[in-house]
Amino acid sequence: MRIPCTLMGQTRCHAAMTRIVNLWLLCLLLIALPFAAMAQDDADDGQALLEALDVRSFQDKAEAIEAIIQSEDERANDWLQALLDGDLQRHKDDGRFVIITDNVGREWPARDALTGEDVGEISRRELSRIDINNALRSQLRSALSMVELYTGERDERLDAAEGLIGDVDDELADSLESRLDDEADADVRNRLNQALAVYRLEQGEMDAVETLSGSLNSDVRIALSRAAEGEGAVADAARAALVDIEQKLKVNRGLETLYFGLSMGSVLVLAAIGLAITFGVMGVINMAHGELIMLGAYSTWMMQQLLPGHPGLAVLLSIPVGFLVSALVGVIIERSVIQHLKGRPLETLLATFGVSLILQQLVRTVVSPLNRTVTTPEWMSGSVAINDALSLTLNRLYIMAFAVLVFVGLILIMRRTRLGLEVRAVTQNRAMARSMGIRATRVDILTFALGSGVAGLAGVALAQLTNVGPNLGQSYIIDSFMVVVFGGVGNLWGTLVAGLSLGVINQILEPWAGAVLAKILVLVFIILFIQKRPRGLFPQKGRAAEG
Amino acid sequence: MWLSRPFNERSTRLFLLILVLAVTLVTILHLALPPENPLYVSGYTVGLLGKYLCYALLAVAVDLVWGYLGILSLGHGAFFALGGYAMGMYLMRQIGDRGTYGDPVLPDFMVFLNWESLPWYWHGFDMAWFAFLMVLLAPGALALVFGYLAFRSRVTGVYLSIITQAMTFALMLAFFRNEMGFGGNNGLTDFYDILGFDLRSGATRLGLFIASGVALALGYVLCRAIVASKLGRVCVASRDAEARTRFLGYRVERVQLFVFVVSAMLAGVAGALYVPQVGIINPSEFEPLFSIEIVVWVALGGRATLYGAVIGAILVNYAKTVFTGVMPDAWLFALGGLFVVSTVLLPKGIAGVLAYRRKQRNESDTTEVPA
Repeated sequence: MRIPCTLMGQTRCHAAMTRIVNLWLLCLLLIALPFAAMAQDDADDGQALLEALDVRSFQDKAEAIEAIIQSEDERANDWLQALLDGDLQRHKDDGRFVIITDNVGREWPARDALTGEDVGEISRRELSRIDINNALRSQLRSALSMVELYTGERDERLDAAEGLIGDVDDELADSLESRLDDEADADVRNRLNQALAVYRLEQGEMDAVETLSGSLNSDVRIALSRAAEGEGAVADAARAALVDIEQKLKVNRGLETLYFGLSMGSVLVLAAIGLAITFGVMGVINMAHGELIMLGAYSTWMMQQLLPGHPGLAVLLSIPVGFLVSALVGVIIERSVIQHLKGRPLETLLATFGVSLILQQLVRTVVSPLNRTVTTPEWMSGSVAINDALSLTLNRLYIMAFAVLVFVGLILIMRRTRLGLEVRAVTQNRAMARSMGIRATRVDILTFALGSGVAGLAGVALAQLTNVGPNLGQSYIIDSFMVVVFGGVGNLWGTLVAGLSLGVINQILEPWAGAVLAKILVLVFIILFIQKRPRGLFPQKGRAAEG
Repeated sequence: MWLSRPFNERSTRLFLLILVLAVTLVTILHLALPPENPLYVSGYTVGLLGKYLCYALLAVAVDLVWGYLGILSLGHGAFFALGGYAMGMYLMRQIGDRGTYGDPVLPDFMVFLNWESLPWYWHGFDMAWFAFLMVLLAPGALALVFGYLAFRSRVTGVYLSIITQAMTFALMLAFFRNEMGFGGNNGLTDFYDILGFDLRSGATRLGLFIASGVALALGYVLCRAIVASKLGRVCVASRDAEARTRFLGYRVERVQLFVFVVSAMLAGVAGALYVPQVGIINPSEFEPLFSIEIVVWVALGGRATLYGAVIGAILVNYAKTVFTGVMPDAWLFALGGLFVVSTVLLPKGIAGVLAYRRKQRNESDTTEVPA
């Protein structure tokens, strides 16, 4: 829309001059809609309006669009949106105009553009699309934004105003200013002001810079940097504003890295915390821990298969189901393999690794070697926008909260329950605990079930982030062991700190080293760290440490 | 001389005898018989057997550290692969201008990645002596640095296993990167010749097979010599009671470091002989699964016997060849089951069963005499 009038040719220029009025009319019309019952005898008018669009020259199309805006037709908004999306199509045989509602596959469901009736599926070969170019797209967008500004809900108005930033031209500026007077919502006003300020900045007005400084919108930044290229007071002010904005962006980027790091860290914590129980507290090396995570993820997928159409309910139900499935498998592993290898940690490592191979292959044979996807429920998808430059994805937020819940739960179990007391007693001095009447074998089973069940919970969370496949667990086992060893074996708090800090370190390294190299560097760092402090960040002290 | 000491043992003489007989037999059956004969050993089988011998040498290297030193290394796959890469780099440089792009110096994948010149660490690999030296030095240096850090801080047991696994994993990720200059995903392949002999000819294959047999024999004798020496006894002592050995005044970490480095070099040699026989080296050799598989060969064959490791390596890999051919899906079940069975039911492995049998026979002999 910033193309100067002289470049647009006489006809376009004329059309543009009338547009202020046209937009006004359209807006008034749409406001008046609920009150004015429109006569439906204009089906032919509509056909004529649309037919004018089906021409080759884009200039003629531009005029046809103007005509539609001017026509005060109640369906205009619908048509323009469909035209913008490429959904407005014409039937090759009978010349009917239809709007495609879904363009997947060969047969496309559609509705009549004039009557709005569902016309069923039409083969894509029978349709021809009304093509548009970038200039028309821009024209359509501004028109639609204006309509939205007048008729939309608050959020729609906000989006429309944001979309206009950088797209304001002479005639739009006037209508925006009058709109600004009527707008009640402060956020929308703020955006509109920014849109106008960008326009005024292009005109070289000094006070526009003041309005724009501190804004994180990318279009504002483009406009400012363009203004900063010139000479004079405005350019100087723009440069100062840009420096200010860069500073703010840097802070936001830092926050974003921190957020991603913490979310990655909480995934690590979830994956490792079960291991912190079985390996850290009980001293059992369970290399099949990753596969217990995988089973939890598959439980989530299974629940969604059982409850089609209720992804939210399925995810909630899969939390207990995933826990139980993994806990059960964990108990089976403990009873069949691990208990026979008590006091031989290296053999336990090998045997449980064998179990992990069997579990992987079992899933490959029973389910499929291919990856499965778990649908994220609606309340978990999307993101929360903090400001223009920073938005937090919801699913990661949920996983962080979940990790915290699981962690707190485990701490409470270990510190406040009878089971936790018995576990600590058995690990510190098995013989003494038994002579005090604690059934050590039962404690072993329960503890292992708890650790394994938590691995299942990690799987439920992971299923929301990645594909579910037979190799899911394998990719987490080394990381999990690293986290536990780094944090200090036998220390749940250590695992939390280690997991979160490794996640953040990884995210900080990633931008300049790349994902793979960052991972390598973190691994090397941990290997070196363990040489320096073999007992981890928070080593256990006292008698328990000697066992 | 300490190197001659192993020959005093009956088991060593028996092992070497069987090995020499087997290699000679395969050579004769391959060369002397016509292909129609059912006893004829094909060139393919010779290559396969050569591969098994390399694995056997690798298993002996692992048994040296695990069986006698008590260090469960999950990083020997990495030493094996490093030796393999050193050999692969030599073979790559031997291709010369016969590659697809015909560049006289740069290997194909570097031309493909638009590299201007050879990275510094590729220099010298056109000379056989340098490359063969690197086969020993590259894994040796890694083991030296890693072992020095680890043993000095007394990282042992499960912790050592886990960080060696992490090391292998990190190396795998690194070698997968194209920027590393080792061919990334595809690794090094499409070799032509070694020391001027065509790698595709039957005679070269046979030669490599015999070389693998010789390397296994030498490696075995070396390990046996170490084990039978005073140093070997300190090894076993530190395996069984590390703290006590240390209190007796032995510098356990130095012994551990020495044996660990020797073992890594042996693994490197095994890798170097393996690569020309299979014709490719890629980062999948660094996979943690491979390293842990080696340990299971040793566990199945029997720890701390050396010959058990050879038996285990050959048996498991033969089973793998058969299984993956007949029912590929079942192999991981079988391997997983093997891990469990060999640790839970056969803690001393096949060698343990053999020794038990022999002991029983001896006992029945002795009981019969007085009767």
